[in-house]
Amino acid sequence: MIGKTSFLYKYRPELSMLFWEVFRRNMIVFNKYWFSNIMFNFLEPLLYLLALGIGLGLYIPEIEGLSYLEFISPGILASSAMWATSFECTYNSFIRLQVQKTYHAIVSTPVSLDEIVMGDIAFGAFKSMFYGSIFLVVLFFLGYISSPLALLVPVVLILSGVVFAQLSMIWTSVAPNMELFSYYFTLFITPMFLFSGIFFPIENMPIFVQRLAWFTPLFHSVQICRGLITGQFDPLLWANLLVLILFAAILFFPPLILMRRRLIK
Amino acid sequence: MAGKMFNREVICARGLRKKYGDKEVVRGINLSVSKGECFGILGPNGAGKTTIVKMIFGLSPPTSGTLLVLGMNVNGNQREIKKHLGVVSQEDHLDSDLNVGENLEVFARYYGMRPAESRPYVKQLLELMGLSDRYRSKIHELSGGMRRRLSIARSLINNPDLLILDEPTTGLDPHARRLVWQMLRSIKEKQITMLLTTHYLEEASILCDRLVIMDDGIILDEGNPRFLVKKHAGEEVLELGLREKPEFWQNEISARFGDMQKGSLLLGDSLYFYLNGDGKVLLNEINSLATPVSYHLLRPSNLEDVFLKLTGKKLETES
Repeated sequence: MIGKTSFLYKYRPELSMLFWEVFRRNMIVFNKYWFSNIMFNFLEPLLYLLALGIGLGLYIPEIEGLSYLEFISPGILASSAMWATSFECTYNSFIRLQVQKTYHAIVSTPVSLDEIVMGDIAFGAFKSMFYGSIFLVVLFFLGYISSPLALLVPVVLILSGVVFAQLSMIWTSVAPNMELFSYYFTLFITPMFLFSGIFFPIENMPIFVQRLAWFTPLFHSVQICRGLITGQFDPLLWANLLVLILFAAILFFPPLILMRRRLIK
Repeated sequence: MAGKMFNREVICARGLRKKYGDKEVVRGINLSVSKGECFGILGPNGAGKTTIVKMIFGLSPPTSGTLLVLGMNVNGNQREIKKHLGVVSQEDHLDSDLNVGENLEVFARYYGMRPAESRPYVKQLLELMGLSDRYRSKIHELSGGMRRRLSIARSLINNPDLLILDEPTTGLDPHARRLVWQMLRSIKEKQITMLLTTHYLEEASILCDRLVIMDDGIILDEGNPRFLVKKHAGEEVLELGLREKPEFWQNEISARFGDMQKGSLLLGDSLYFYLNGDGKVLLNEINSLATPVSYHLLRPSNLEDVFLKLTGKKLETES
């Protein structure tokens, strides 16, 4: 029995398929602007890939039997998905929450605040899948896809997208203003980008960096994407997948609870 | 419709309280709003009006007391209640990423209506609010008055049993305000129950069948606007500007002509007499005493006088 005054009762989730309508609302907006956003979400990772893969790659021998460009491309794909989701669920969600008060308007309808947050997380996951998949297509035409398993990459991007969306929403729900998002990126997203085995294998890093990597979602998503794209399938990838699922499960409630604490007073 | 379960009482509050930390902003109020009436909550900024509104649609759970909306307790029935509510909030919460038509159609989806179902209704609402030619306009292209009318149209998309209007004309110019009033009157004719918060007396007088006057979290009085005016401020008010010793003259005049007035109020150097009898007679008497009057104004009483008398302060701080 859960008493009506308990924490668990107060924060019991109010979720129904109505979260889908919030997702759909975001999609209507996305359909208007996706092309103009392609520059940032797609061209930038492509520039990284070309500059590092071709430029730096000339001086780097093979890594794990792959050319440098082959080695870094799955990681750049996974990270571009992370960036897209993280920007969506920090800056864009915050604008809807605090500036445009879209959340306030929706919460006066039968849609619950939990469903609004879920809708935004689902949309963040969609963006991860969308921009990551465009990149996948480009890799295909460049000839860097060596395995049909690569078709599973979008599924992984949805899962990792959920995790990055959840993390971003946690930050969004507690951030008093937009300036604080640069801390999220500088302290969390950028270090992940640099130390998750995208540009070099972390096996040569100090042991604590290797351990730390296991606690970041990007590392796992990079490992899985690389395995699927290069076809070098290691059974350890199942462990990476399990960790991502665990992340998503553990992070399920915190954004819902924190957003309620922010808005419902 | 679940909304039909309640027996005519659309909102019922008993001993309703709300605390934010140590500060109690709603301090034990009772309210009863009947089906089909336009009920006003009149009070200055910070009186607790918006807090009551937020309690109704779930943004702010009551600290104690009961609040029933459409016969349902706001604790635990939020979704069911909100299916039957329309809310026009104080700031425009329009979706500026969407155009005018999309604002309504997307909102209809939150109530489970497909665009095919809602589209004819959307057109009808835009027409009602004088926005027919704005279907594809962007939100930032609309004037303040148009936005407010769009907010009202949006709040009607689910055919609500209760329409909540939180300061619906705050920030609008007088012309736009009048236009909104006109539209609200046409909604009123459709017998939709309305809860209106405002600090504009004219708005309350024009639109409300019944109202409460609130200040500092409590209700000071309740009734029909004309009844309240008559009860507290009589038919007419004599306003005097005094050049010197205002307290002395208040006492002096009250003592001599007590039977001609229901009471008086001194605000700075302005003295207000709420009249029983003929104001001109009292004015002549006052002039015959050689009272140091800098100006005088004899006018019909209004809600402002009621508010002034009940609270000792002016209501419309903006204007």
